[in-house]
Amino acid sequence: MSDSKVNMVAPPEGVVGEGFFATKLNDVVGLARANSLWPLPFATSCCGIEFMATMASHYDLARFGSERVSFSPRQADMLLVMGTISKKMAPILRQVYEQMSEPRWVIAVGACASSGGVFDTYSVLQGIDKVIPVDVYVPGCPPRPEQIVDGVMRLQELVKSESVRRRSSPEYQELLASYNIS
Amino acid sequence: MALENTLIQDKLVETFNNDVFNFQQERDIFSLEASADKITALILFLKNDPELRFHFLTDLCGIHYPDNETERQFAVVYHLHNWYENKRLKIKVFLNGEKPEIKSITNIFLSSNWMERETYDFFGVNFIGHPQLKRILNMDEMQSHPMRKEFPLEDSGRTDKDDRFFGRTTSNC
Repeated sequence: MSDSKVNMVAPPEGVVGEGFFATKLNDVVGLARANSLWPLPFATSCCGIEFMATMASHYDLARFGSERVSFSPRQADMLLVMGTISKKMAPILRQVYEQMSEPRWVIAVGACASSGGVFDTYSVLQGIDKVIPVDVYVPGCPPRPEQIVDGVMRLQELVKSESVRRRSSPEYQELLASYNIS
Repeated sequence: MALENTLIQDKLVETFNNDVFNFQQERDIFSLEASADKITALILFLKNDPELRFHFLTDLCGIHYPDNETERQFAVVYHLHNWYENKRLKIKVFLNGEKPEIKSITNIFLSSNWMERETYDFFGVNFIGHPQLKRILNMDEMQSHPMRKEFPLEDSGRTDKDDRFFGRTTSNC
């Protein structure tokens, strides 16, 4: 592998000895999850165009293990909501989120998904965190691909440090219950 | 031979007498007002008359005039187009502000179905005889008719917008 240009992810902290490597299960699972986040793009407007650039060869989100864009919520880990979500569309977004299996993460890309943006009006949802829990917010109108990549990298940090038990913890159940998601 | 305004006016006045009035050329479109209870007959006449042949409904929409007297607080506007002569016509009908209702023209122009639903959605105008008068663009749970001036444009659920940070005070916003 010495002549290879492939970058490998560093192993987690652990004890190395002859023929064995001991570390925490949490770290290994986190490492595996963080480097194979399957994105589900929920693109409604211009932020979606930026995401297309992010996925394409120049910015190449595949470098971070997000090669496989899922267009089914059932085989996705990371929901990227990009663009203005109208109130009429909110139940659909919610349904998509509910169809994703645990563990699932959400990134709100751009001002509209994060807060409603300039659309402070009766027909627009004022931020997707009114209907589903959000892990990372990416600012910008629209954000550049670098910013979206930065958002994904920050999410990777969250995923790496997440306990394997988090999803069954009472705090997490409480969070979902506050959104009326069972 | 172009379709003259005077011909349209004469034909309409001859048929509908006092129910059509206020004829005028507004920029490049010939306009008139009509009384609400004659609207279906008027549109049908304009469509079927062998000379007028206004066979295409370009648009149908509502307007809210909250400062008018009660009888004229809502208007429904019909834009008709004669493709043979390339002649356009605008008909404005004023409605009561407390109970805005008018007969549906869905039997004459099928395309008016969605336009009337939109007008109902945003202004709350009741189109009598419409086959499916329910909201079309806004979410079904919405209580208000948002294009009426008494309803606020801005969303009340907005939490990140503090007027102090935008240089707004109670006197200038």
